[in-house]
Amino acid sequence: MQDTDAQTRMERLAQLELKPVGPQRGLVSGTASSLRDIYRYRELLTLLVRRELRARYKDSSLGFTWSLFKPIAQLVIYFVVIGKFLGAARNVPEFAIFVFSGLTMWTLFNEIVGGGAGAVVSNSGLVKKVYLPREVFPLSSVGAALVNFGIQFLVVVAGTVVAGSVPWSLDLLYVPVAVALVVVFGTALALLLSAVNVYLRDVQHLIEIVIMILFWASPIVYSFSFVDHYLKGSWLEQLYLSNPVTLAVLAFQRGMWAAGADQPFPSMFPLRLGIALVCSLALLWGSQRVFSRLEGNFAQEL
Amino acid sequence: MPTAPDIITVTGVSKRFHLHKEKSLKGRLLGGRRAKEHTEDFWALRDIDLSIPAGSTVGLMGSNGSGKSTLLKIVGSIIQPTTGEVLRRGRLAALLELGAGFHPDLTGRENVYLNAAILGMTRQETDRHFDAIVDFSGIESFIDTQVKFYSSGMYVRLAFAVAIHVDPDLLLVDEVLAVGDEPFQRKCMDKIRSFQEEGRTIVLVSHSADQVGDLCDRAVLLRDGHMAFEGAPRDAIRQLRAGFEEDRRAQEERRSDAGQVGSRGQITSVELLTRDGEQVREIPVGGQVVARVAVDLADVVDRWMMGLTIETAAGQRVYGINTHMAGIDLKRGGGPHEVQFTLPQVPFADGQYVVRIGIAEVPGEMIDSREQAATFTVNSTTPGNGVVSIDTDIAVLS
Repeated sequence: MQDTDAQTRMERLAQLELKPVGPQRGLVSGTASSLRDIYRYRELLTLLVRRELRARYKDSSLGFTWSLFKPIAQLVIYFVVIGKFLGAARNVPEFAIFVFSGLTMWTLFNEIVGGGAGAVVSNSGLVKKVYLPREVFPLSSVGAALVNFGIQFLVVVAGTVVAGSVPWSLDLLYVPVAVALVVVFGTALALLLSAVNVYLRDVQHLIEIVIMILFWASPIVYSFSFVDHYLKGSWLEQLYLSNPVTLAVLAFQRGMWAAGADQPFPSMFPLRLGIALVCSLALLWGSQRVFSRLEGNFAQEL
Repeated sequence: MPTAPDIITVTGVSKRFHLHKEKSLKGRLLGGRRAKEHTEDFWALRDIDLSIPAGSTVGLMGSNGSGKSTLLKIVGSIIQPTTGEVLRRGRLAALLELGAGFHPDLTGRENVYLNAAILGMTRQETDRHFDAIVDFSGIESFIDTQVKFYSSGMYVRLAFAVAIHVDPDLLLVDEVLAVGDEPFQRKCMDKIRSFQEEGRTIVLVSHSADQVGDLCDRAVLLRDGHMAFEGAPRDAIRQLRAGFEEDRRAQEERRSDAGQVGSRGQITSVELLTRDGEQVREIPVGGQVVARVAVDLADVVDRWMMGLTIETAAGQRVYGINTHMAGIDLKRGGGPHEVQFTLPQVPFADGQYVVRIGIAEVPGEMIDSREQAATFTVNSTTPGNGVVSIDTDIAVLS
């Protein structure tokens, strides 16, 4: 019986084509083969996401609820210090909802980029010993970030219900677009940085600083009206608005923060969002190509 | 069996590593040109051409740093070759490290699923094999315990059990077959054998000549990144040993050039004789072998010992003894010495056997060794096979 086993195996193998191994270099065919590879490992991706989440709150009795405390603490700080002490809340209605929706969007971006950039290095044990499409590591960080985002999003919704200003307008359509923009842009950066980080470990520290700066470059704890009032539509304001994260934060606030519907808002906003999304998609593609160029030497550089 | 298709073809593969690479941004920016000069190229593999037919078991051999693990990683596409191309077909599983990807905070069960997915199994396949995996590992009662509480033995057993249940056409193995206690090792070997019978291809890296001689039908010998030999395992083992011996001699020479100890002696002759003092080449089962060894030692040597090992042609050790073990003190000091080993009854089965002789200081280093000091053949008329010949009566009882 085993002989026939062996025979059928031979026959099956004889029909398979000899294929070159490893990531492919071609621009289009390479992307296609990478995507196929990642799709083949989709089950592993979900397991890695679960591992990441499980490992983060390992052995703590409150477990998953901890993921809520950090943004809530941030919310309290910004609400009290910036909203009340510095008086930003006076011009911003429903300041708590405003800050928390901004923070939710920001946390998503932060976790995707911050977690994703270190993903290849922190999984060096696997990278060196097993062949996997290495994209799964940054992508699993994206997955974990999205799960956390889901929970925070529910809190935002609950907040709007409690505050009695449930957003129920066409502006809600901005929400999925905002999330998509952050995910695409963040994933592009995470892929690129996780690959570069293998060669230049300084990147990890650089990211921390840049992320801190970017936090203040988006209207999260102050409203866009301040920026608009100060920059008065100059080229600096255009520069400010060319940041995809800023656009995503604004779009998300537009959707979730019903009390802010009458606040100043950038002109031609859907167009800006569209352009940012297209650019981010292009960046994502480019990052993936760079990633697959660099991944060939991951195992020996780690 | 129809002629087997090639499962791997390697053409012109070379791999260059950069050594001493400055990893920080500062080093890159400030070092500039200087950093470039500091990098050193090292060719781990040079122009490897190899094709492996499906269903064969190939051993990669070589001393440390000869590039065998690098070649295995290139075949497994874990690293990319600098030049050349590797073509492959069928499903691959690489066992380069057991439990790669095990997470200490997850339970055994969760890790089985995770590890199986890493090795390319789908969830359904894992579900189907789950009981078999746990059964094979023999740690049913701990499967829902976090892996960090496992003993190291339990850890590798579980990892091996997962790896062995992936259904690969090609299995790459790097020095991981010697895990667990003896019964478990036997289980692993049985599994490898059944893999072979099922027509799977196995490429393994091993330092154990026994293992290669025992499992493989072909061996590839690498030396300094070049392919030194490809062919029957027994020949590869012989070449590998000859290589070690050469290295040792070269080291000895370097040392004497450096005016250090100098050559401390050598084996001058080894003879296999009958009782009457005639040369032997062939003996019957249960025949006598007398090995007479002459050595010439330098004056720096004080206490020394001599060892004799008999191996099968495939490199499997059958018997070994040395004067130290036997509690015999050899005459101290330099000059010519002669020692005789008498083995009155050699119960070996049919086949060719190789005698290795070595001399060493007590305590201390090897002085000289002859990897193939002599060979003899045992001619047996009885049926049966193996290393030892045992008279067997078979009675039909019913």
